Amino acid sequence: MSAGWAVVHERFRFILLGAYPRDQQWRPALAIVLFVALYVLSARRACWRPWLPAAWLAILTGAIVLMRGGPLGLARVPTESWGGLPLTLLLATVGFAAAFPPGVALALGRRSALPAIRALSIAYIEVMRGVPLVTFLFMASLMFPLFVPAGFTIDKLLRAQAALALVQAAYLAEVVRAGLEAVPAGQREAAASLGLRFGPATVLVVLPQALRISIPALVNTFIGFFKDTTLVTVIGLFDLLGTARAVIVDPRWFGAAVPVYLLVAAVYFTFCFAVSRYSQHIERSLMAHGHQ
Amino acid sequence: MQGVHKRYGAFPALSDINLQVRRGERIVICGPSGSGKSTLIRCINGLERHQQGRIAVDGVELTGDPRATDAVRREVGMVFQQFNLFPHLTVLENCTLAPMWVKKMPRREARDLAMHYLHRVRIPEQAAKHPGQLSGGQQQRAAIARSLCMRPKLMLFDEPTSALDPEMVQEVIETMVSLAEEGMTMLCVTHEMGFARQVADRVIFMDAGQIVEANRPDAFFDAPQQARTRLFLSRIVH
Repeated sequence: MSAGWAVVHERFRFILLGAYPRDQQWRPALAIVLFVALYVLSARRACWRPWLPAAWLAILTGAIVLMRGGPLGLARVPTESWGGLPLTLLLATVGFAAAFPPGVALALGRRSALPAIRALSIAYIEVMRGVPLVTFLFMASLMFPLFVPAGFTIDKLLRAQAALALVQAAYLAEVVRAGLEAVPAGQREAAASLGLRFGPATVLVVLPQALRISIPALVNTFIGFFKDTTLVTVIGLFDLLGTARAVIVDPRWFGAAVPVYLLVAAVYFTFCFAVSRYSQHIERSLMAHGHQ
Repeated sequence: MQGVHKRYGAFPALSDINLQVRRGERIVICGPSGSGKSTLIRCINGLERHQQGRIAVDGVELTGDPRATDAVRREVGMVFQQFNLFPHLTVLENCTLAPMWVKKMPRREARDLAMHYLHRVRIPEQAAKHPGQLSGGQQQRAAIARSLCMRPKLMLFDEPTSALDPEMVQEVIETMVSLAEEGMTMLCVTHEMGFARQVADRVIFMDAGQIVEANRPDAFFDAPQQARTRLFLSRIVH
């Protein structure tokens, strides 16, 4: 067993940061800090302001540039070398952020008075929820290159990220739809009677209330999604679980599975537990204040 | 309104409604529940669509064309039984929302306007609070102020005191009386017969989607012409 813990000590950096060049590893480490800062920022109600989406865009762009290199004299690091916790956080956070706008649009679409829009939204949601996520990952990884002209390539990480976001949008749509249905019809009527059209009434009156109602369910969905990103290991991406498996299969560290898995489980648990506690806190505070 | 009909499926909600409201006129509509009185006023600002006949406000006819509906809603305010204040906004923000987004009024001007009307309904000190922190009577007065901020020519009231505790009815009625005294054109669905006697120019009694009787309040209450009106009045006036 002591040999087992030695592997954790020895390979800790690889498990946590993947095959990223060792002298550049401050960059993924800083990316982790950026992601955590983004979560903390989003958790504070004082920060629920119109600038928050802009902050998400800025921080996520910053994290990607940091990892990828290019500007500011940072050496280019190909995505094949990305791995470990930063990759997991990237897949989960960028995936969730990218899925959110189409998720809201699908939720509105599913409640639309226009039959064509409603049918398209329902079809998308049901297909994406009805097919296993792994299928989409395999399609993005193996089948997509067969359907595009030779010489045209899209980064494998980007394809996996897109597949995750497209599926997640369907789940988010259902969560947001439940929130939309919980907003009383009188709210839209009051907005209409004041002369607000459908668009402004939706953005200014209905959505803010629907999203507040949805927060506990949204957080729950995020926890599930955070863990679902581990499925990218099946297409050869080294997220936190992927790096752990890479260490375990190394014959030099035979028998190290238990401590390595415990380490990885502890990291996942820390993030999910923190998010879950936050969800309970926000639920209580929303109940205490009505939904202001 | 001329020859207005509306059905929900096979159920006739409104049958052959003819009603002409003059500028500055105060009309109270009463009648048993399900008689179509709420539906009637909800048709006037296009919250419900009528199927036959014509409804026009200040020369603009509600044809189903969104531009006509927009034009009418700019001129017509509405106060709901359940207040329908926006719970995620402060009272002040409730009042400035429509002027800023519909009339493109600058924020400062919209705030001044909102405070003017919050003074009018005597709750300026509640401006920074959220609706959930106000009493029912204060919420309804905030809702009235919110409507007034659009400077409507006609105000519709849909049972504005029915969801209130008895001790709060009076403060809302007083607000409505003061509006009436300033010459606002009003259509009120209410069972407050004291209010009807005090300010109404006409009282309309509806039953089964029809206007059964319409008259000056003294004649309406003291000498109702129709048997259904007499029956209704005998039930609500103790």
